[in-house]
Amino acid sequence: MAATLGTGARAEESGQEKQDMQEKETVTPERAEEAKLKAKYPNLGQKPGGSDFLMKRLQKGQKYFDSGDYNMAKAKMKNKQLPSAGPDKNLVTGDHIPTPQDLPQRKSSLVTSKLAG
Amino acid sequence: MLARAGGGNDIQWCFSQVKGAVDDDVAEADIISTVEFNHSGELLATGDKGGRVVIFQQEQENKTQSHSRGEYNVYSTFQSHEPEFDYLKSLEIEEKINKIRWLPQKNAAQFLLSTNDKTIKLWKISERDKRPEGYNLKEEDGRYRDPTTVTTLRVPVFRPMDLMVEASPRRIFANAHTYHINSISINSDYETYLSADDLRINLWHLEITDRSFNIVDIKPANMEELTEVITAAEFHPNSCNTFVYSSSKGTIRLCDMRASALCDRHSKLFEEPEDPSNRSFFSEIISSISDVKFSHSGRYMMTRDYLSVKIWDLNMENRPVETYQVHEYLRSKLCSLYENDCIFDKFECCWNGSDSIVMTGSYNNFFRMFDRNTKRDITLEASRENNKPRTVLKPRKVCASGKRKKDEISVDSLDFNKKILHTAWHPKENIIAVATTNNLYIFQDKMN
Repeated sequence: MAATLGTGARAEESGQEKQDMQEKETVTPERAEEAKLKAKYPNLGQKPGGSDFLMKRLQKGQKYFDSGDYNMAKAKMKNKQLPSAGPDKNLVTGDHIPTPQDLPQRKSSLVTSKLAG
Repeated sequence: MLARAGGGNDIQWCFSQVKGAVDDDVAEADIISTVEFNHSGELLATGDKGGRVVIFQQEQENKTQSHSRGEYNVYSTFQSHEPEFDYLKSLEIEEKINKIRWLPQKNAAQFLLSTNDKTIKLWKISERDKRPEGYNLKEEDGRYRDPTTVTTLRVPVFRPMDLMVEASPRRIFANAHTYHINSISINSDYETYLSADDLRINLWHLEITDRSFNIVDIKPANMEELTEVITAAEFHPNSCNTFVYSSSKGTIRLCDMRASALCDRHSKLFEEPEDPSNRSFFSEIISSISDVKFSHSGRYMMTRDYLSVKIWDLNMENRPVETYQVHEYLRSKLCSLYENDCIFDKFECCWNGSDSIVMTGSYNNFFRMFDRNTKRDITLEASRENNKPRTVLKPRKVCASGKRKKDEISVDSLDFNKKILHTAWHPKENIIAVATTNNLYIFQDKMN
Protein backbone atom coordinates (compact mmCIF):
# COMPACT_ATOMS: atom_id res chain seq x y z
CA MET A 1 0.00 0.00 0.00
CA ALA A 2 2.28 2.75 1.17
CA ALA A 3 5.13 1.14 -0.73
CA THR A 4 3.40 1.59 -4.01
CA LEU A 5 3.42 5.38 -3.81
CA GLY A 6 4.04 7.10 -7.09
CA THR A 7 4.98 4.21 -9.34
CA GLY A 8 5.42 5.11 -12.99
CA ALA A 9 2.39 3.23 -14.29
CA ARG A 10 -0.03 5.19 -12.15
CA ALA A 11 1.18 8.53 -13.36
CA GLU A 12 -0.45 7.90 -16.72
CA GLU A 13 -3.97 7.61 -15.37
CA SER A 14 -6.66 10.11 -16.08
CA GLY A 15 -7.30 13.25 -14.05
CA GLN A 16 -10.06 11.86 -11.81
CA GLU A 17 -8.15 8.75 -11.02
CA LYS A 18 -5.06 10.84 -10.42
CA GLN A 19 -6.94 12.79 -7.81
CA ASP A 20 -8.08 9.59 -6.12
CA MET A 21 -4.50 8.38 -6.17
CA GLN A 22 -3.36 11.56 -4.53
CA GLU A 23 -5.87 11.16 -1.75
CA LYS A 24 -4.65 7.63 -1.15
CA GLU A 25 -1.07 8.88 -1.24
CA THR A 26 -1.55 11.16 1.75
CA VAL A 27 -0.75 8.34 4.10
CA THR A 28 -0.07 8.94 7.73
CA PRO A 29 3.49 10.03 8.53
CA GLU A 30 3.97 6.80 10.47
CA ARG A 31 3.09 4.66 7.48
CA ALA A 32 5.37 6.69 5.29
CA GLU A 33 8.20 6.13 7.75
CA GLU A 34 7.37 2.44 7.84
CA ALA A 35 7.66 2.31 4.07
CA LYS A 36 11.06 3.96 4.23
CA LEU A 37 12.25 1.44 6.79
CA LYS A 38 10.97 -1.55 4.83
CA ALA A 39 12.61 -0.20 1.70
CA LYS A 40 15.95 -0.07 3.48
CA TYR A 41 15.61 -3.38 5.29
CA PRO A 42 13.36 -5.67 3.26
CA ASN A 43 14.00 -8.60 5.58
CA LEU A 44 12.72 -6.83 8.66
CA GLY A 45 10.55 -9.14 10.74
CA GLN A 46 6.83 -8.82 10.87
CA LYS A 47 6.40 -8.21 14.59
CA PRO A 48 8.69 -5.51 15.91
CA GLY A 49 7.45 -5.90 19.45
CA GLY A 50 7.65 -9.64 19.25
CA SER A 51 9.93 -12.16 20.83
CA ASP A 52 13.22 -11.30 19.13
CA PHE A 53 13.22 -7.69 20.14
CA LEU A 54 12.12 -8.40 23.71
CA MET A 55 14.58 -11.28 24.10
CA LYS A 56 17.40 -8.94 23.14
CA ARG A 57 16.24 -6.57 25.86
CA LEU A 58 16.15 -9.34 28.44
CA GLN A 59 19.62 -10.53 27.53
CA LYS A 60 21.33 -7.21 27.99
CA GLY A 61 24.71 -7.68 29.60
CA GLN A 62 25.27 -11.24 28.40
CA LYS A 63 28.93 -11.90 27.74
CA TYR A 64 30.54 -15.16 26.75
CA PHE A 65 33.78 -16.74 27.90
CA ASP A 66 34.50 -20.39 28.50
CA SER A 67 37.91 -21.12 29.96
CA GLY A 68 37.79 -24.72 28.70
CA ASP A 69 37.12 -23.68 25.12
CA TYR A 70 39.72 -20.94 25.37
CA ASN A 71 42.48 -23.18 26.68
CA MET A 72 41.79 -25.92 24.16
CA ALA A 73 41.79 -23.44 21.31
CA LYS A 74 45.03 -21.96 22.61
CA ALA A 75 46.61 -25.41 22.73
CA LYS A 76 45.59 -26.02 19.12
CA MET A 77 47.04 -22.73 17.98
CA LYS A 78 50.27 -23.54 19.85
CA ASN A 79 52.37 -20.40 19.80
CA LYS A 80 50.11 -18.19 17.78
CA GLN A 81 47.79 -15.70 19.40
CA LEU A 82 44.10 -16.39 19.41
CA PRO A 83 42.19 -13.73 17.51
CA SER A 84 40.32 -11.26 19.64
CA ALA A 85 36.86 -10.13 18.78
CA GLY A 86 36.84 -7.33 16.25
CA PRO A 87 36.14 -3.70 16.91
CA ASP A 88 32.58 -4.59 17.86
CA LYS A 89 33.63 -6.38 21.01
CA ASN A 90 30.11 -7.13 22.09
CA LEU A 91 29.48 -9.46 19.22
CA VAL A 92 30.90 -12.91 19.67
CA THR A 93 29.53 -15.03 16.88
CA GLY A 94 30.19 -18.16 14.94
CA ASP A 95 33.47 -19.98 15.47
CA HIS A 96 35.13 -17.16 17.31
CA ILE A 97 36.37 -18.37 20.69
CA PRO A 98 36.17 -15.51 23.20
CA THR A 99 39.47 -14.58 24.78
CA PRO A 100 40.00 -12.88 28.13
CA GLN A 101 40.66 -9.69 26.17
CA ASP A 102 37.09 -9.87 24.93
CA LEU A 103 35.75 -9.77 28.44
CA PRO A 104 34.91 -6.35 29.72
CA GLN A 105 37.60 -4.93 31.99
CA ARG A 106 35.32 -3.64 34.68
CA LYS A 107 36.72 -1.57 37.44
CA SER A 108 34.71 0.68 39.65
CA SER A 109 35.24 4.36 39.12
CA LEU A 110 37.32 5.63 42.00
CA VAL A 111 36.97 9.14 40.68
CA THR A 112 34.49 11.43 42.38
CA SER A 113 31.55 12.52 40.26
CA LYS A 114 32.09 15.80 38.41
CA LEU A 115 28.72 16.94 39.75
CA ALA A 116 30.40 17.21 43.15
CA GLY A 117 33.27 19.26 41.78
CA MET B 1 3.60 31.00 29.95
CA LEU B 2 2.10 28.90 32.69
CA ALA B 3 -0.31 29.93 35.39
CA ARG B 4 0.98 29.84 38.92
CA ALA B 5 -0.98 27.26 40.86
CA GLY B 6 -3.80 28.96 42.70
CA GLY B 7 -3.15 32.36 41.19
CA GLY B 8 -3.40 34.22 37.94
CA ASN B 9 0.29 34.98 37.47
CA ASP B 10 2.44 33.07 35.02
CA ILE B 11 5.48 31.17 36.22
CA GLN B 12 8.63 32.71 34.89
CA TRP B 13 11.45 30.22 34.99
CA CYS B 14 14.98 31.46 35.63
CA PHE B 15 18.29 29.73 35.60
CA SER B 16 19.61 29.10 39.10
CA GLN B 17 22.54 26.69 39.01
CA VAL B 18 24.31 24.12 36.84
CA LYS B 19 26.44 21.25 38.14
CA GLY B 20 28.93 19.14 36.24
CA ALA B 21 31.78 19.48 33.78
CA VAL B 22 31.72 21.94 30.93
CA ASP B 23 33.65 19.90 28.41
CA ASP B 24 31.83 18.16 25.59
CA ASP B 25 33.79 14.95 25.91
CA VAL B 26 31.53 13.07 28.27
CA ALA B 27 32.91 10.08 30.16
CA GLU B 28 30.33 7.31 30.30
CA ALA B 29 30.46 7.17 34.07
CA ASP B 30 29.30 10.78 34.25
CA ILE B 31 26.02 10.16 32.43
CA ILE B 32 23.25 11.05 34.88
CA SER B 33 20.75 8.23 35.22
CA THR B 34 18.34 9.42 37.91
CA VAL B 35 17.32 12.60 39.78
CA GLU B 36 15.09 12.75 42.87
CA PHE B 37 14.11 15.35 45.49
CA ASN B 38 13.47 14.09 49.00
CA HIS B 39 10.08 14.61 50.68
CA SER B 40 10.88 18.08 52.02
CA GLY B 41 12.74 19.23 48.93
CA GLU B 42 15.75 20.14 51.02
CA LEU B 43 17.83 17.36 49.49
CA LEU B 44 18.34 16.51 45.81
CA ALA B 45 19.96 13.21 44.85
CA THR B 46 21.47 12.20 41.52
CA GLY B 47 22.73 8.81 40.38
CA ASP B 48 25.02 8.16 37.42
CA LYS B 49 26.21 5.43 35.11
CA GLY B 50 29.38 5.05 37.18
CA GLY B 51 27.35 3.90 40.17
CA ARG B 52 27.87 7.10 42.14
CA VAL B 53 25.32 9.10 44.10
CA VAL B 54 25.67 12.83 44.70
CA ILE B 55 23.34 14.55 47.16
CA PHE B 56 22.85 18.30 47.18
CA GLN B 57 21.38 20.24 50.09
CA GLN B 58 19.51 23.49 49.82
CA GLU B 59 21.14 26.13 51.97
CA GLN B 60 19.00 27.85 54.56
CA GLU B 61 17.22 30.87 53.18
CA ASN B 62 19.18 34.01 53.69
CA LYS B 63 16.87 36.62 55.15
CA THR B 64 18.61 39.40 53.25
CA GLN B 65 18.44 37.61 49.89
CA SER B 66 14.73 37.80 49.32
CA HIS B 67 15.02 37.49 45.56
CA SER B 68 16.05 33.87 45.45
CA ARG B 69 15.70 30.69 47.35
CA GLY B 70 18.65 28.84 48.80
CA GLU B 71 21.17 27.28 46.45
CA TYR B 72 21.86 23.58 46.31
CA ASN B 73 25.36 22.62 47.37
CA VAL B 74 27.07 19.25 47.59
CA TYR B 75 26.11 17.53 50.82
CA SER B 76 27.37 14.00 50.32
CA THR B 77 28.74 11.80 47.57
CA PHE B 78 29.46 8.10 47.61
CA GLN B 79 29.93 5.04 45.44
CA SER B 80 26.64 3.19 45.70
CA HIS B 81 27.16 0.27 43.32
CA GLU B 82 30.18 -1.33 41.68
CA PRO B 83 30.40 -3.22 38.40
CA GLU B 84 30.00 -6.95 38.85
CA PHE B 85 30.35 -10.02 36.72
CA ASP B 86 28.09 -12.99 37.33
CA TYR B 87 30.37 -15.84 36.30
CA LEU B 88 27.67 -18.45 36.59
CA LYS B 89 25.46 -16.74 34.04
CA SER B 90 28.22 -14.96 32.10
CA LEU B 91 26.38 -11.78 32.81
CA GLU B 92 27.92 -8.35 33.14
CA ILE B 93 26.09 -6.32 35.78
CA GLU B 94 26.28 -2.59 35.24
CA GLU B 95 26.83 -0.30 38.19
CA LYS B 96 24.53 2.32 36.70
CA ILE B 97 22.03 3.63 39.24
CA ASN B 98 18.62 3.10 37.70
CA LYS B 99 16.54 4.71 40.44
CA ILE B 100 16.86 6.50 43.76
CA ARG B 101 13.90 6.79 46.14
CA TRP B 102 13.99 8.67 49.44
CA LEU B 103 12.41 7.43 52.63
CA PRO B 104 10.47 10.01 54.65
CA GLN B 105 12.61 11.35 57.46
CA LYS B 106 12.06 9.65 60.82
CA ASN B 107 15.04 10.88 62.81
CA ALA B 108 18.17 12.97 62.36
CA ALA B 109 19.50 10.71 59.61
CA GLN B 110 18.29 10.51 56.00
CA PHE B 111 17.66 7.24 54.23
CA LEU B 112 17.41 6.43 50.55
CA LEU B 113 17.11 3.35 48.38
CA SER B 114 19.32 3.12 45.30
CA THR B 115 19.26 0.35 42.76
CA ASN B 116 21.19 -0.91 39.77
CA ASP B 117 20.02 -3.74 37.48
CA LYS B 118 20.21 -6.41 40.17
CA THR B 119 20.73 -5.10 43.70
CA ILE B 120 18.90 -2.56 45.86
CA LYS B 121 20.70 -0.85 48.71
CA LEU B 122 19.41 1.14 51.67
CA TRP B 123 21.80 3.98 52.47
CA LYS B 124 21.90 5.96 55.69
CA ILE B 125 23.21 9.50 55.42
CA SER B 126 24.03 10.98 58.78
CA GLU B 127 25.73 14.08 60.06
CA ARG B 128 28.47 14.17 62.58
CA ASP B 129 29.32 17.55 64.06
CA LYS B 130 30.79 16.59 67.42
CA ARG B 131 33.32 14.08 68.56
CA PRO B 132 34.36 12.76 71.93
CA GLU B 133 37.66 13.98 73.26
CA GLY B 134 39.61 13.31 76.42
CA TYR B 135 39.81 9.52 76.57
CA ASN B 136 41.84 8.02 79.35
CA LEU B 137 43.44 5.17 77.41
CA LYS B 138 43.83 6.81 74.00
CA GLU B 139 45.83 9.81 72.84
CA GLU B 140 44.10 12.38 70.65
CA ASP B 141 45.79 10.91 67.57
CA GLY B 142 44.43 7.45 68.36
CA ARG B 143 47.53 5.83 69.79
CA TYR B 144 46.93 3.78 72.88
CA ARG B 145 48.42 4.93 76.15
CA ASP B 146 50.18 2.59 78.46
CA PRO B 147 47.64 2.02 81.27
CA THR B 148 50.36 2.07 83.88
CA THR B 149 51.11 5.71 83.05
CA VAL B 150 47.57 6.83 83.84
CA THR B 151 47.51 8.60 87.19
CA THR B 152 44.20 10.49 87.08
CA LEU B 153 40.88 9.79 85.38
CA ARG B 154 38.78 12.19 83.39
CA VAL B 155 35.38 12.00 81.72
CA PRO B 156 35.52 12.31 77.92
CA VAL B 157 33.42 15.17 76.59
CA PHE B 158 31.88 15.94 73.18
CA ARG B 159 33.51 18.84 71.41
CA PRO B 160 32.29 20.44 68.18
CA MET B 161 34.02 19.49 64.94
CA ASP B 162 33.64 20.39 61.26
CA LEU B 163 30.48 18.88 59.86
CA MET B 164 31.05 15.46 58.37
CA VAL B 165 28.35 13.76 56.34
CA GLU B 166 28.68 10.01 56.24
CA ALA B 167 26.90 7.55 54.00
CA SER B 168 26.76 3.93 55.01
CA PRO B 169 24.95 0.99 53.44
CA ARG B 170 22.50 -0.35 56.03
CA ARG B 171 20.78 -3.06 53.99
CA ILE B 172 21.60 -4.86 50.79
CA PHE B 173 18.70 -6.51 48.99
CA ALA B 174 20.25 -8.86 46.47
CA ASN B 175 19.64 -11.99 44.44
CA ALA B 176 15.93 -11.50 43.92
CA HIS B 177 15.87 -10.45 40.26
CA THR B 178 16.70 -12.57 37.27
CA TYR B 179 15.98 -9.71 34.90
CA HIS B 180 16.89 -6.03 35.02
CA ILE B 181 15.35 -3.84 37.72
CA ASN B 182 13.61 -0.80 36.23
CA SER B 183 11.70 0.56 39.26
CA ILE B 184 11.62 0.74 43.01
CA SER B 185 8.78 2.32 44.97
CA ILE B 186 8.36 2.81 48.70
CA ASN B 187 4.95 1.97 50.11
CA SER B 188 2.89 4.50 52.06
CA ASP B 189 3.24 2.21 55.09
CA TYR B 190 6.93 3.22 55.11
CA GLU B 191 7.80 -0.37 55.97
CA THR B 192 7.70 -2.13 52.64
CA TYR B 193 8.73 -1.36 49.09
CA LEU B 194 8.49 -2.98 45.67
CA SER B 195 11.13 -3.63 43.04
CA ALA B 196 10.20 -4.41 39.45
CA ASP B 197 12.20 -6.02 36.66
CA ASP B 198 11.18 -6.84 33.08
CA LEU B 199 9.01 -9.78 34.10
CA ARG B 200 8.51 -9.77 37.85
CA ILE B 201 7.68 -7.51 40.78
CA ASN B 202 8.86 -8.29 44.32
CA LEU B 203 7.71 -6.93 47.66
CA TRP B 204 10.30 -6.33 50.37
CA HIS B 205 10.32 -5.30 53.99
CA LEU B 206 12.91 -2.61 54.64
CA GLU B 207 14.28 -4.52 57.62
CA ILE B 208 14.54 -7.92 55.93
CA THR B 209 17.09 -8.67 53.26
CA ASP B 210 17.08 -12.43 53.01
CA ARG B 211 13.63 -12.80 51.52
CA SER B 212 11.11 -11.00 49.36
CA PHE B 213 7.66 -11.89 48.11
CA ASN B 214 6.94 -12.17 44.42
CA ILE B 215 3.71 -10.31 43.73
CA VAL B 216 3.64 -10.15 39.93
CA ASP B 217 5.07 -12.68 37.49
CA ILE B 218 4.36 -12.29 33.79
CA LYS B 219 7.00 -14.71 32.56
CA PRO B 220 5.33 -17.10 30.11
CA ALA B 221 5.95 -20.84 30.47
CA ASN B 222 7.41 -20.78 26.99
CA MET B 223 9.65 -17.77 26.37
CA GLU B 224 8.78 -17.92 22.68
CA GLU B 225 5.37 -16.62 23.71
CA LEU B 226 6.77 -13.50 25.32
CA THR B 227 4.92 -10.47 24.01
CA GLU B 228 5.31 -7.78 26.61
CA VAL B 229 7.54 -6.73 29.50
CA ILE B 230 7.07 -4.60 32.61
CA THR B 231 8.49 -1.13 32.09
CA ALA B 232 7.70 0.70 35.36
CA ALA B 233 5.87 0.21 38.65
CA GLU B 234 4.78 2.41 41.53
CA PHE B 235 2.87 2.15 44.80
CA HIS B 236 -0.20 4.31 45.31
CA PRO B 237 0.71 7.34 47.48
CA ASN B 238 -2.06 6.69 50.03
CA SER B 239 -3.42 3.16 49.66
CA CYS B 240 -0.77 0.78 50.90
CA ASN B 241 -2.44 -2.18 49.17
CA THR B 242 -2.49 -0.66 45.67
CA PHE B 243 0.21 -0.43 43.03
CA VAL B 244 0.39 -0.07 39.25
CA TYR B 245 2.73 -1.38 36.60
CA SER B 246 3.08 -0.34 32.99
CA SER B 247 4.03 -2.46 29.99
CA SER B 248 5.87 -2.25 26.69
CA LYS B 249 2.49 -2.54 24.97
CA GLY B 250 1.17 0.70 26.43
CA THR B 251 -1.08 -0.78 29.11
CA ILE B 252 -1.18 -0.05 32.83
CA ARG B 253 -2.43 -2.57 35.35
CA LEU B 254 -3.60 -1.62 38.81
CA CYS B 255 -3.31 -4.37 41.39
CA ASP B 256 -4.72 -4.78 44.89
CA MET B 257 -2.55 -6.88 47.19
CA ARG B 258 -5.58 -7.73 49.31
CA ALA B 259 -7.09 -9.71 46.45
CA SER B 260 -4.45 -12.44 46.37
CA ALA B 261 -0.85 -13.17 47.21
CA LEU B 262 0.16 -13.25 43.56
CA CYS B 263 -1.33 -10.27 41.78
CA ASP B 264 -1.21 -11.69 38.26
CA ARG B 265 -4.86 -10.77 37.79
CA HIS B 266 -5.20 -7.04 37.71
CA SER B 267 -7.99 -5.14 39.41
CA LYS B 268 -8.01 -2.55 36.65
CA LEU B 269 -6.51 -2.44 33.17
CA PHE B 270 -5.91 0.98 31.65
CA GLU B 271 -5.58 0.97 27.90
CA GLU B 272 -6.48 3.44 25.20
CA PRO B 273 -8.09 1.71 22.24
CA GLU B 274 -5.97 1.96 19.12
CA ASP B 275 -7.26 3.05 15.76
CA PRO B 276 -6.49 -0.03 13.62
CA SER B 277 -6.19 2.03 10.46
CA ASN B 278 -3.30 3.95 12.06
CA ARG B 279 -1.33 0.88 12.98
CA SER B 280 2.22 0.68 11.67
CA PHE B 281 5.47 -1.08 12.36
CA PHE B 282 6.23 1.58 14.95
CA SER B 283 2.91 1.59 16.79
CA GLU B 284 3.85 -0.82 19.53
CA ILE B 285 7.33 0.60 20.04
CA ILE B 286 6.12 4.17 20.49
CA SER B 287 3.25 3.09 22.72
CA SER B 288 5.67 1.45 25.17
CA ILE B 289 5.34 3.30 28.48
CA SER B 290 8.67 4.50 29.83
CA ASP B 291 7.42 5.99 33.11
CA VAL B 292 4.34 5.95 35.32
CA LYS B 293 3.78 8.38 38.22
CA PHE B 294 0.83 8.82 40.54
CA SER B 295 -0.31 12.36 41.27
CA HIS B 296 0.32 13.51 44.82
CA SER B 297 -3.42 13.31 45.44
CA GLY B 298 -3.54 9.70 44.33
CA ARG B 299 -6.55 10.39 42.14
CA TYR B 300 -4.64 10.41 38.85
CA MET B 301 -1.63 8.77 37.28
CA MET B 302 0.55 9.99 34.45
CA THR B 303 2.25 7.83 31.81
CA ARG B 304 4.96 8.75 29.32
CA ASP B 305 5.28 7.02 26.00
CA TYR B 306 7.61 8.01 23.19
CA LEU B 307 5.61 10.93 21.82
CA SER B 308 3.14 11.90 24.53
CA VAL B 309 2.23 12.27 28.18
CA LYS B 310 -1.17 10.92 29.28
CA ILE B 311 -3.10 11.60 32.45
CA TRP B 312 -5.41 8.83 33.61
CA ASP B 313 -8.23 9.06 36.12
CA LEU B 314 -8.03 5.92 38.26
CA ASN B 315 -11.79 5.62 37.91
CA MET B 316 -11.67 5.44 34.12
CA GLU B 317 -9.89 2.57 32.45
CA ASN B 318 -10.85 2.92 28.82
CA ARG B 319 -8.98 6.10 27.94
CA PRO B 320 -6.82 8.82 29.46
CA VAL B 321 -8.54 12.03 30.56
CA GLU B 322 -5.78 14.22 29.16
CA THR B 323 -3.16 13.71 26.45
CA TYR B 324 -0.29 16.09 25.81
CA GLN B 325 1.93 15.88 22.73
CA VAL B 326 5.57 16.23 23.68
CA HIS B 327 7.18 16.28 20.23
CA GLU B 328 4.63 15.21 17.63
CA TYR B 329 6.97 16.44 14.88
CA LEU B 330 9.04 13.30 15.46
CA ARG B 331 6.29 11.12 14.02
CA SER B 332 7.60 11.76 10.53
CA LYS B 333 11.15 10.89 11.62
CA LEU B 334 10.44 7.48 13.11
CA CYS B 335 12.46 5.64 10.48
CA SER B 336 15.72 7.40 11.36
CA LEU B 337 14.89 7.37 15.08
CA TYR B 338 14.55 3.60 14.81
CA GLU B 339 17.86 3.31 12.99
CA ASN B 340 19.75 5.34 15.60
CA ASP B 341 17.92 3.63 18.47
CA CYS B 342 16.50 6.91 19.79
CA ILE B 343 13.01 5.45 19.46
CA PHE B 344 13.90 3.28 22.49
CA ASP B 345 14.87 6.24 24.71
CA LYS B 346 13.09 6.11 28.06
CA PHE B 347 11.83 9.52 29.07
CA GLU B 348 10.53 10.13 32.58
CA CYS B 349 7.85 12.58 33.68
CA CYS B 350 6.90 14.35 36.89
CA TRP B 351 4.14 16.34 38.61
CA ASN B 352 4.49 19.65 40.39
CA GLY B 353 3.56 19.78 44.07
CA SER B 354 -0.07 20.73 43.49
CA ASP B 355 -0.58 18.34 40.52
CA SER B 356 -1.50 21.26 38.27
CA ILE B 357 1.53 21.07 35.96
CA VAL B 358 3.39 18.10 34.47
CA MET B 359 6.88 18.11 33.03
CA THR B 360 8.91 15.85 30.78
CA GLY B 361 12.07 16.00 28.69
CA SER B 362 12.76 15.89 24.96
CA TYR B 363 15.74 16.20 22.59
CA ASN B 364 18.12 19.09 21.94
CA ASN B 365 18.15 19.60 25.72
CA PHE B 366 14.57 20.82 25.52
CA PHE B 367 12.05 20.08 28.22
CA ARG B 368 8.31 20.63 28.21
CA MET B 369 5.70 21.65 30.76
CA PHE B 370 1.95 21.30 30.43
CA ASP B 371 -0.45 23.27 32.60
CA ARG B 372 -3.50 21.10 33.16
CA ASN B 373 -5.73 24.04 34.08
CA THR B 374 -4.91 26.58 31.39
CA LYS B 375 -4.04 23.91 28.79
CA ARG B 376 -1.01 25.99 27.86
CA ASP B 377 2.38 24.44 27.33
CA ILE B 378 5.92 25.69 27.15
CA THR B 379 9.23 24.42 25.80
CA LEU B 380 12.43 25.48 27.56
CA GLU B 381 16.07 24.65 27.00
CA ALA B 382 18.73 23.58 29.48
CA SER B 383 21.82 25.25 28.17
CA ARG B 384 24.79 27.07 29.59
CA GLU B 385 24.07 29.92 27.20
CA ASN B 386 21.09 30.97 29.30
CA ASN B 387 22.93 30.91 32.59
CA LYS B 388 22.45 34.36 33.98
CA PRO B 389 20.62 34.07 37.28
CA ARG B 390 17.25 35.81 37.46
CA THR B 391 17.05 36.13 33.68
CA VAL B 392 13.80 34.61 32.55
CA LEU B 393 14.25 31.66 30.18
CA LYS B 394 13.04 32.22 26.66
CA PRO B 395 10.49 29.74 25.36
CA ARG B 396 11.72 27.61 22.45
CA LYS B 397 9.79 26.50 19.41
CA VAL B 398 10.41 23.71 16.95
CA CYS B 399 9.36 24.26 13.38
CA ALA B 400 7.88 21.02 12.13
CA SER B 401 7.74 21.86 8.47
CA GLY B 402 7.52 24.70 6.07
CA LYS B 403 9.03 28.08 6.56
CA ARG B 404 11.07 28.38 9.70
CA LYS B 405 10.46 31.57 11.62
CA LYS B 406 13.23 33.49 13.28
CA ASP B 407 14.21 31.93 16.63
CA GLU B 408 12.57 28.65 15.69
CA ILE B 409 14.64 25.54 15.23
CA SER B 410 13.86 23.04 12.50
CA VAL B 411 13.38 19.36 13.29
CA ASP B 412 16.40 18.38 11.24
CA SER B 413 18.64 20.66 13.30
CA LEU B 414 17.70 19.02 16.59
CA ASP B 415 20.55 17.28 18.37
CA PHE B 416 19.27 13.80 19.25
CA ASN B 417 22.30 13.12 21.41
CA LYS B 418 21.21 15.85 23.79
CA LYS B 419 18.36 14.11 25.56
CA ILE B 420 16.66 15.12 28.77
CA LEU B 421 15.43 11.83 30.19
CA HIS B 422 15.31 12.75 33.89
CA THR B 423 13.59 15.71 35.52
CA ALA B 424 12.33 16.36 39.05
CA TRP B 425 10.06 18.97 40.63
CA HIS B 426 10.48 20.17 44.22
CA PRO B 427 7.56 18.83 46.28
CA LYS B 428 6.50 22.26 47.52
CA GLU B 429 8.21 25.06 45.59
CA ASN B 430 8.61 25.99 41.96
CA ILE B 431 12.14 24.65 41.79
CA ILE B 432 13.00 22.05 39.16
CA ALA B 433 16.03 19.87 38.54
CA VAL B 434 16.71 18.96 34.91
CA ALA B 435 19.43 16.50 33.92
CA THR B 436 21.12 16.74 30.53
CA THR B 437 23.56 13.98 29.61
CA ASN B 438 26.15 14.89 32.24
CA ASN B 439 25.00 18.18 33.75
CA LEU B 440 22.36 18.98 36.34
CA TYR B 441 20.44 22.23 35.91
CA ILE B 442 18.37 23.85 38.63
CA PHE B 443 15.74 26.39 37.64
CA GLN B 444 13.50 28.47 39.91
CA ASP B 445 10.59 30.73 39.33
CA LYS B 446 11.35 34.43 39.45
CA MET B 447 10.64 35.83 42.89
CA ASN B 448 9.93 39.49 43.28
